[in-house]
Formats: sequence, C-alpha cells, structure tokens
Amino acid sequence: MEPGAPLGAPAPERTSGAARRTGAEIVWDVLASEGVDVVFGYPGGAIMPIYDAMHQRSARHVLVRHEQAAAHMADGYARASGKVGVCLATSGPGATNLVTGIATAMLDSSPIVCITGQVSSTLLGSDAFQETDITGVTLPITKHNYLVTRVEDIAPTLREAFFIARSGRPGPVLVDITKDAQQASTEDDWRARPVRLPGYRPEHQPSEDELARAAELIAAAERPLILAGHGVLKAEAAPLLMELVEKTGIPVASTLLGLGGFPATHPLSLGMMGMHGEAWVNTSIQESDLLIALGMRFDDRVTGNLKTFARKARKIHIEIDPSEINKNVKVDVGLVGDLRRTLTRLLPRIQRRTCTPWMEHIRALKGDSAVRDIQYLPHNGRLYAAHVIHDLWWLTQGKALMVTDVGQHQMWEAQYYRHDRPRQLITSGGLGTMGFALPAAIGARFARPDDELWVVVGDGGFQMTAAELSTCAQEGIKVHVAIINNGYLGMVRQWQQFFYENRYSATALRNPDFVKLAEAHGLNGLRVTRREEIPEAVAQARAQPGTTVIDFRVEQEDIVYPMVPAGADLDDMIRRPPSGSAPGGSSPWTSGAV
Amino acid sequence: MNPSRQHTFIAHVEDRPGVLNRVISLFRRRAYNIDSLTVARTERPAISRITLVVEADDREARLLEANLYKLINVLYVEQVTDQGTVARELALIKVRSDEKTRPNVLQVCEVFRARAIDVTPASVMVELTGTPDKIDGLIELLRPHGIIELVRTGAVAMARGAQSALTDLLDARTDPPEHTA
Repeated sequence: MEPGAPLGAPAPERTSGAARRTGAEIVWDVLASEGVDVVFGYPGGAIMPIYDAMHQRSARHVLVRHEQAAAHMADGYARASGKVGVCLATSGPGATNLVTGIATAMLDSSPIVCITGQVSSTLLGSDAFQETDITGVTLPITKHNYLVTRVEDIAPTLREAFFIARSGRPGPVLVDITKDAQQASTEDDWRARPVRLPGYRPEHQPSEDELARAAELIAAAERPLILAGHGVLKAEAAPLLMELVEKTGIPVASTLLGLGGFPATHPLSLGMMGMHGEAWVNTSIQESDLLIALGMRFDDRVTGNLKTFARKARKIHIEIDPSEINKNVKVDVGLVGDLRRTLTRLLPRIQRRTCTPWMEHIRALKGDSAVRDIQYLPHNGRLYAAHVIHDLWWLTQGKALMVTDVGQHQMWEAQYYRHDRPRQLITSGGLGTMGFALPAAIGARFARPDDELWVVVGDGGFQMTAAELSTCAQEGIKVHVAIINNGYLGMVRQWQQFFYENRYSATALRNPDFVKLAEAHGLNGLRVTRREEIPEAVAQARAQPGTTVIDFRVEQEDIVYPMVPAGADLDDMIRRPPSGSAPGGSSPWTSGAV
Repeated sequence: MNPSRQHTFIAHVEDRPGVLNRVISLFRRRAYNIDSLTVARTERPAISRITLVVEADDREARLLEANLYKLINVLYVEQVTDQGTVARELALIKVRSDEKTRPNVLQVCEVFRARAIDVTPASVMVELTGTPDKIDGLIELLRPHGIIELVRTGAVAMARGAQSALTDLLDARTDPPEHTA
C-alpha cells in the first residue's frame, strides 16, 4: 500500500495466501507501507526480535544515546517533514525514558508513533525483569495507546496508530508489543484487514450558518487582528492565511509555534504575541475589536490574565479540536474543523476591505518599542544573545531551519530571527522541554537533508541531552549548534531577579569546556566572545563537513523583554528601559501599558 | 458563572480492556470527584454503556463531553442532564431487626415498594430499585433500626421515548465501519 492511500482500501500488491511472517517482520512491513524511511531508537531485551528483523530493511535506524532523544528526534522529524516520526525502545526503562519526548509531542500536537517492546504476555503484570505498564504510564500523554499481545493484532494496530497519529489533531501514539507476539508468526494477510475505528471521528465541518456569522463579524470589525497558531503549519494553511490577509488587510500576530505561518517580513506581520511578545502586539490585541484565532488554543502564555484578555474584542476561533472551543476564552463563533478546509470555505464569503487607520495606530505603537530594542543600544563591548540571533538571521539570509531549546535563548530566537516560511522554526512550546533542541534537530536533519540547520540552545538545556553529539558524530550529520552560554539557567534567573529579589538559588552553572566537549566527540568546536567574530565562526561552521558546536559567551545577566508576568494582564508588561542603560543588575520594573 | 450541579453522562464505549480506565482518567486528571459510576455490557456485542454522574458547571460539563469524544474507544456520548431521562439505582440494605421491630421494618419497606429478600432472627435484607432520592429516603427511615451493611449501584440512566441516540447514529451512518483516510 502506498503511503497516504486510503486505509481500508485493498492494497495493490495484495496476494492471497500470504507467506508466514513473524510479528517482528510484520512491524517492518507495516512501517514500509506507511512510508517510514528512518526510525530512531535504542535496542534492549524485549524489543530484540524487532531489531533482529531490521536487517536487510530499507528503513534507516539511528542509534540514540538515550531514549528521550529518540522520541524528540521522531518529533523533530515530524515537525520538519509533516510526516509521522517513529521511535523504538525496549520495555521498562527504555519505555519510561520516552515519556518526556512523548509528552512534548502531545502538548505540541506532533504526530509520532512509539513502538515499545514488552515482556512476554505470560509474564504481564508479574513485575518481570524490565516490565513497566507503559500503556498505563503514557495514558495521559498519548493521543491513544495500545498493548498488543497477539501477532495477528500487530499490523492492524500499527495501521490504526499511524492513522490516529496524523489525522485530526495530530499527536503521539504508543504501541507496546509483547515479546512473544513479536516472535510468533502468522499467515494472516494483514493487508486484507480493514482498519476499524468506529468511535474515531477526526474531522468536523462548520455549518454554513457559522461561516456566514464569521464573515459578518469580519466585515463589521474596525480593529481586527488575526492570531495565527501551530494549526496554520499543521494544516498547511499558510497560503490561505496569506489570501485572507491580502483580501482584508488584517494584521497577523503569531503564537510561538505559529511563527513562520505568515512571513515575518510581510508589512502586516506583527510578530509574536504573549508573555514575551512585542509590547505593541500585546497592546494591539487588548485594543482590538475582533480576534480571528486560527489553529491556536489560547494558552496562558499567550493570554495573560483571562479576565482582562481582549475584553473589547469579539472572537472567532477556527480549530480542529472541539474541546478547545471555549476552553480558555469564550468565543462568539467557534468553527470546528481542519483549518485549510475551513478557510477554503470561508474565503469566498469574505469581502475585500482594508484596515488602514487601525494599522497606522499599530505602527505608532511600534515606534515606542524600537527605542527599547537592544539592537539600538550604544556599543558597550558586550556580546548580547540578541546580537547572535540577529546576525545568524542576517548571515543565513533568513533561510535556515532553526531548532531551539527552551529558555531565554528561545525567546530571543523567536524575537530576532525572522521566520518567513512554515516549518522553519522547530521549538518545544506547550511542554517547554529543556533538552529538546539537539535531538529534535537530528530528527529534522533526516527530514530535510539539504537545509542549513541551526540549533540554538542554552548552556543548561544543551547539557540535558548533550550526549547526542555522539549520535551526530556516528551518523556523520551536519548541524550547527549555537550554545547561547550565559552561565545561568537564564530564564529562571530572570524570574529570580524580578520576582524573588535577586536570590539566584541554584541557577548558576559551572559548565564544561564546550569546545573541548565537541572535540572529544570528533566534532568541531569554536568559541565566540565578541560580536565581530560571529561572521567568521559561521563561515567556519559552514565550511566543515560535520557538526560544529559554537560556544557563544554572551552577557550573563541579560533579560528577555518585554515580559508579561505570569497571570498579569497582557498589556501589563515589564519593558526594557528606553536607550542608553545596559540591562541587568537591579530590577528595572517599568510596569504598565505602553 | 454557572452554578455547579450534578451532570449525568452516558458514554457508549467499545467493550475492550482499559477503556473504562481511559474514561475515568479523564475525570481524575481534572480532579473531579465521580459521584456515581455504573458500567455493563449492552444488547450490542461489542459495546458497553457507562453512566457517570459528576458535579460540574455547564461549561465544564460541555468540555468534559468534548473530551470524552476525543477518546478513540468512545462511540457516543449523551449528556442527559436536561433531557427527559429516567434514572434508577439498585440498593441492598441489611438492617438490624428482631421479632419486635420486624413488622415496622417490613411496613416501611412496603411503602417504598422495597422487597425483603433475606430474613434472619436478627436482620432483614431488602432490595430497592428507584431514583437515587427514593433510596436516600428509605435509608433515612431504616437508619434508626441500625444499618448493618449497605450497597448501592449508582444511577443508570436512559433517555425517554422510542428513539435511541446510538441506534439512530449507527443506522444513519452510510460509511462502512472501517476507516477511510
């Protein structure tokens, strides 16, 4: 069966009287039929039959150094390609090590299929060696999961798993297969078996009335704003979003995961909203009279205080998951459905219009932010993270595939790299998983072998999964790792500065020499301490055949501005003081609306 | 906002291992205390029916219903709180009773249409089917005699009328049971 062909349709190569196959062989047959070309994993006792059957298969296997990385790699592969990522792990500790990666994929709706080995069915529930109830453990962090104990069930279950992972609101699916089921064999022709999911209805359609009501609200609004989320990328809806904007002149604010869904360099792009969104974006949201939320879920990092969020605005919410409608923010029109299909139906109802006075107002708000931009600080000899990101954007001509970790550097990347294309930024949003970047980038590398790929990572998060440098070396892949090294768990330190009276409790890091660490793996290591050195370092990294780690020693006590304190009103922001004074030191709290 | 009140959900689910766990985990995760839960097979071979009563406001109840639908093994959910619904519960009550008090116990039971199903020299066991309110009422009247043991099933519920939401749904579906991408 070709990948993407209808499940349940007869497979073209269907033969009667299939040859006897082991469960382990069937696993690989199904993966091949689903179009899987690379899997990420780590062998162990309970999954050895599957690893043994891997020989003479076309799928490439990447041996990770920790199973958490296998799940992140599958996730990074999925986000970079739009396909389903696959990881393998053994039972017990192998399976539990996947948990952080699965939860990350769950919170960001990333389609991955995790295949875990399980002890033999006769031992289930006996606390056997390396037994963990992994379906129980992952119940709340998977879209669905399975325990398979019979060889006949392996193929139908895996096919269901792929279908569930990629359809509707995508997500992780775990399939736990007992060792005896992997070893048993069957003549059962799995291709002839239909996939039965009687309760699963991934697709909804908004009614004509609801679409008409949305179009009315859009026509009547004077200060409308589009909030673009991850769903724009997931549904491949970026061209339709562009069409909507060009027809109406409505400006676009993006969530962190929505960046790239609308080109950052477009005149109507406002950039990121939320806790570390630009002040003028958050203020615009608060002043708007209509929010058109596309494939986003009003996360608390986006809305701030729900009681005061966009009080003057009517709200239209287009979202594939019905349980997200009215979950956090009460909306006037909720359109449940695939974003691409819904916009396709909505667009003909939208009248051509402009938003000139409203955009002029927003541009005036923007002027105030410009004077607070660290890029315009007088040169003081220090290297700021924002410099690094800005220069990376400039030197890569805005075209690199960027993968970030979680923390201050992530927010600076979101603010200073201008993402013009969907799937250009890969970052852990919902779960905020430190250690995500390096393994996710390795996964993305296999999905997009030809793109220039930069990992932007803090010194803290890097060390959580730095062992995967060894995987980079073994696989001979080329990624550029930019460590934004400030010697602190920077975002926690920032909160300590603002909200805990400068008590830097357990946030200072005594780091290894990252250059030597790279060299110890047989990779290239560079150090940058001054802004003038950035172009040469980038050129050197590009010239090397393999992975390069650049240790950017940045200003230690810099702060991500603006900041909406957790639970505060969206326009109650801590701003960088205008011009002149360098940040850091005492608490520069300048609260209040712009 | 909306006041909290008892909401009754009827979930029709695939009869498979672990499905009940998925359903109640959804309530556990959100820290709801489940007031009552009954589950058993139905007239259809592969479908079980869960009746679940929980305290929630109307917005929460709607979100719970939407989340129940997200479970792959859940076929259909009826939120019957505001519909014409018949809800019944079964209780077995073992109450202290000797020769002297037995007539009084049996008299009370008769008023409630409860049946004595076991009598010993010192006790009577009675069976009562009715609305949860009615069962509460009998328990209150028997309590002074001394309740030795008590078990109730929790409510089962069904919408009134000749229709069945699930039957209508399954009959109306023209697509084959297997999934097409």
